[in-house]
Amino acid sequence: MKRKLEISELIFKVISYTLLTAFALACLYPFLFAVSSSISGRHEVEYSQIVLLPKNIQFDAFLMMFNDNVFWNSYTNTLFLTFYGTIFSVITSLLGAYALSKKRLLFRKGFNFFLVFTMWFSAGLVPQYLNYLATKRVFNGVGIMDDKWLVVIAMGMAAMNIILLRNSFEGVPSEIEEAAIIDGATEMQVLWRVYVPMSKSIIATVSLFFAISRWNGYFWARQMISNINEQPLQVFIRRKLEEYTNPELVWSESYASDSAIYALVVCSIVPILIIYPFIQKYFAKGVNVGGVKE
Amino acid sequence: MELSGTEYLIFDVESGTYIENPEQVVRDDVEKHYWLNVLRTVIKDWRLYLMLVPMILIFLFWRYLPMYELLGCFKLDSESKTVAEQYFVGFSNFKSLIMSNTDFWRAFRNTFLLSFYGLIFGFPMPIIIALFFNEIRSNIARSIYQVLTYLPKFMSTVVMTSLVMMLVKRGSTFTGIGILSQMFESIGWIDHATAEAGLLYNPAFFRAIYQISGIWETAGYDSIVFFAAIIAISPTSYEAAQIDGAGKMAQMKYVVLPCILSTIVIMLITRIGSLLNIGYEKVLLLYNPDTYVTADVVSTFSQRNGIDGALKGLSSAAEMMNNVIGMLLVIGANTIAKKASDTSLY
Repeated sequence: MKRKLEISELIFKVISYTLLTAFALACLYPFLFAVSSSISGRHEVEYSQIVLLPKNIQFDAFLMMFNDNVFWNSYTNTLFLTFYGTIFSVITSLLGAYALSKKRLLFRKGFNFFLVFTMWFSAGLVPQYLNYLATKRVFNGVGIMDDKWLVVIAMGMAAMNIILLRNSFEGVPSEIEEAAIIDGATEMQVLWRVYVPMSKSIIATVSLFFAISRWNGYFWARQMISNINEQPLQVFIRRKLEEYTNPELVWSESYASDSAIYALVVCSIVPILIIYPFIQKYFAKGVNVGGVKE
Repeated sequence: MELSGTEYLIFDVESGTYIENPEQVVRDDVEKHYWLNVLRTVIKDWRLYLMLVPMILIFLFWRYLPMYELLGCFKLDSESKTVAEQYFVGFSNFKSLIMSNTDFWRAFRNTFLLSFYGLIFGFPMPIIIALFFNEIRSNIARSIYQVLTYLPKFMSTVVMTSLVMMLVKRGSTFTGIGILSQMFESIGWIDHATAEAGLLYNPAFFRAIYQISGIWETAGYDSIVFFAAIIAISPTSYEAAQIDGAGKMAQMKYVVLPCILSTIVIMLITRIGSLLNIGYEKVLLLYNPDTYVTADVVSTFSQRNGIDGALKGLSSAAEMMNNVIGMLLVIGANTIAKKASDTSLY
C-alpha cells in the first residue's frame, strides 16, 4: 500500500537532502580545490582567484615534484612503512588475538587487562620519546641502521585492533576447531586454516586500519627518522609546507609556491582515492563491530 | 568410619588407610604445587603461549617501559643519566607546575575546553547526519552520499591541516587571502583586516577552526554507528506510529530516539571518557606562537618543553597529571556504561 507523504515528512525530506548535499559538497570541495589550484597559473593562485575550476593551466608544479628525488624517496618510504608495518602488526595481532580468544589460556583475564590498560593510560609523549630514542640506540647497536624498521616494529600496535580480532575469533564455533584437531591439525594450522578464513572481513578491516594509520603517520616518523632520505611522504609534505609558506621565501618559479604544496597533497591522496571505493565497506563494518561490545 | 561431607572414600595405598576429606587433600595438593601445575600446562600447550610472546614483548617494551620512564616526573632533569640514576625530587615538579606554571594551567584549560566544545558541537552532528541518511530511500544515492562524507576521515592529519592552512591563509601585498577567508568576508562574518592577518594567527578563531575542521573530518564517518542503529528499527514501528497519527516529528520523538538512545548513551560516555585525550597531532600542526593562548594543549606543552626543550621531568609531570585524570574519567565512564546498559566498552 503506497501512502501519501504527509507535509511534515516532505519538509523533513527536503531539509535532509539539502543539508546532506551541502555537507557532501563541503567534504568534496577542498580536494577539487586542491587539484584545480595545483594546475593553475601563478598569478591566479597567488591572488586566490581560483574558486573551483583551474585557470591558466600549467603542470610545472607536478613536473617539479616528479623531478625531485627526495619526493620519490619519501614515497617509497611511505610504501615501505605501510607494507611492512601492516604485515608486521597484523601478524602479531593475529597470533596474540588467537591465543587470547582461547578459554583454556591461563591468566586470560590478566593478559586482557594487560592490553586494555594501554588504552586507558598512556605514558605520554616525553617518556615515549625517551623510550624510542633508547630503542633506536639498541637497534643501531645490533646493526639495524634503517630507522624505518624502528617505526615498523616499535610503533603502531593498537590494543583496540587486537580486541576486535579476539572478539571475532571468540565467535568461531568450537566444533569446527575440534573437528580440525581430531583430523590432526596443529595449533598453527587451526589458526590459518580455520580461524583466518572464517574471519576474513574483520581481518581485512583491521589490516586497513593499520595500513591507513601507517600511510598517514606523521609525528613519530618525524621525531625518529632523522635522515631526510628515509622520511615518509607526510613528513616531506609538512617540511615543504613550512618551507614554502615562509614569508621571507623568494619564489622564482613560473607557478605559485602554493601550487607545489597542492600538488604534493594531491599526490598523497590519489592512492587512497583509487582504492577508497573498494575498501570503504570494510571500514563501515569495523566501526559497527568495534563500537560496542555486548 | 564417618564420612565427612563426601559420598566416596579414597584408599591411600602408601599409608594403608582411607583418606579423610579427599577433596580438601586434592585442593591442598593443587595449591601446594600451583606453579608447577601452571608450568606443566604451559609446557604441554607451549604453541599457544608462544603465540602470545611477540604481542606481549611489543606492549612491554613500547607501552609499559615508557610508563617506567614516566617516573622521571619525580626526578630532576638531567640529560645524561637514565631514570634510575637521576636524583629523586619527590613532588617538586608537580608543585612547580601547579603553583607557578601559568603555561601549564593554560594548556590544561585548553585541553579541556577543546574537548568539551568538541563534545557539544561535534557529538550531535553524526546523529543528525544519520537521521538524514535514513530519509534517503534510494540505495545508490545514499551510497554516493556516504562515500563523499566518509572521505575526509581517510586524509592524513598533515594533508587536512595543510588544506586548512591554505584555505584561510593570510594575505600580503603580493598574495591574496585564502578562499574560505574570502567567503567569510563576503558573508560578513569577519572584517577585511582580520582576514588579511590570517585566521590561524588569531587566537579568537583557533577553537572554531579546530571544531569545524573536526566536524568536517569525522561527522560523516562517525554517523555509521548511529545509522546502523536506525536501520535496525523495524518498519512496523513506524507504521504503528503512523496509524496512530504521528507526524514526522512525533515519529522522531517516540520511535527513532528511544530506539537509538542506548547507542547515543554509549557513544556519549565514550566521548566523556576521552575528554582529556586530545589528538595532539592536529593541534601541533595547526598552532603557532600567536595562538598559544587558545591552542596550546598539555601534549603540545610537553612536546615543546620536553622533546624540543630540555624540561623532561616537568613535562612528564604535566602529562602524568593529564593522563591520570583522563584514566579516571575513562574508568568512571566505563563503570557508568556498565551500570546504565549492561554493555561494557572494553
